[in-house]
Amino acid sequence: MERSAAAEKLVEIVRPYVPEPELLTHLDEGSDFLKDLKINSAHMIDVVLDVEEAFDIEISDEAAESLQTVGQAIDLILSQAGASSGH
Amino acid sequence: MKRLSEELYKSPDETLAGNILACIPQQSPFRFIDRILSIDENHVVGTYTFKSNESFYQGHFPDFPVTPGVILTETMAQIGLVALGVFLCGADPSSLKSARIFFTSSNVQFHKMVRPGDQVWVESQKEYFRLRKLQCKVAMFNQEGKKICAGTLSGMFSNP
Repeated sequence: MERSAAAEKLVEIVRPYVPEPELLTHLDEGSDFLKDLKINSAHMIDVVLDVEEAFDIEISDEAAESLQTVGQAIDLILSQAGASSGH
Repeated sequence: MKRLSEELYKSPDETLAGNILACIPQQSPFRFIDRILSIDENHVVGTYTFKSNESFYQGHFPDFPVTPGVILTETMAQIGLVALGVFLCGADPSSLKSARIFFTSSNVQFHKMVRPGDQVWVESQKEYFRLRKLQCKVAMFNQEGKKICAGTLSGMFSNP
């Protein structure tokens, strides 16, 4: 999967959990889910579950807990998606 | 949400039910769980009877006492989230004594009133328990089996 495609899909997953839509207009790979996108920490768990379902991957609890930025999430998605499809 | 089938209404082990009740941190006058009728890793059923002298009836409303929706939501949370969460965390009174529980979201619709003296049944079905967050579909019924309110609730369980 292309990095840009994963990023686009990720943005659509987080969109319902971002309290102020305009925060997404400044999104980049350095954006912090909690600090920059102001996602409630309890909602981050829903983001992880939604990412697992949308990308058909499994994210360990440890990886989920250390997830802070959009870039880290994309790295995780691409590494897991690669692992599950055998590449 | 439909009522659970009758075979799920098997009484839990008395010791287990007692341990769970002992682990629930909310106490009078903010405790809204009397009994656990049934519990396993995916669901819980419990009851509470609203006493006619609950403090909120004095003001809600002076000439027409009716249980506030926020109290019905709290009752659903204590039975549907806290009791189930305590069970999922092991229901060990010594280790759970210092656990902290935080209500994180609710989306509830109300259909019927609850008056002083009414007994309610709360049924909760787990949607997921992951990374210490428990989310459940919860419904409350009156003694006639009519739905009082229902919705989705979630909470976080944090061990110190």
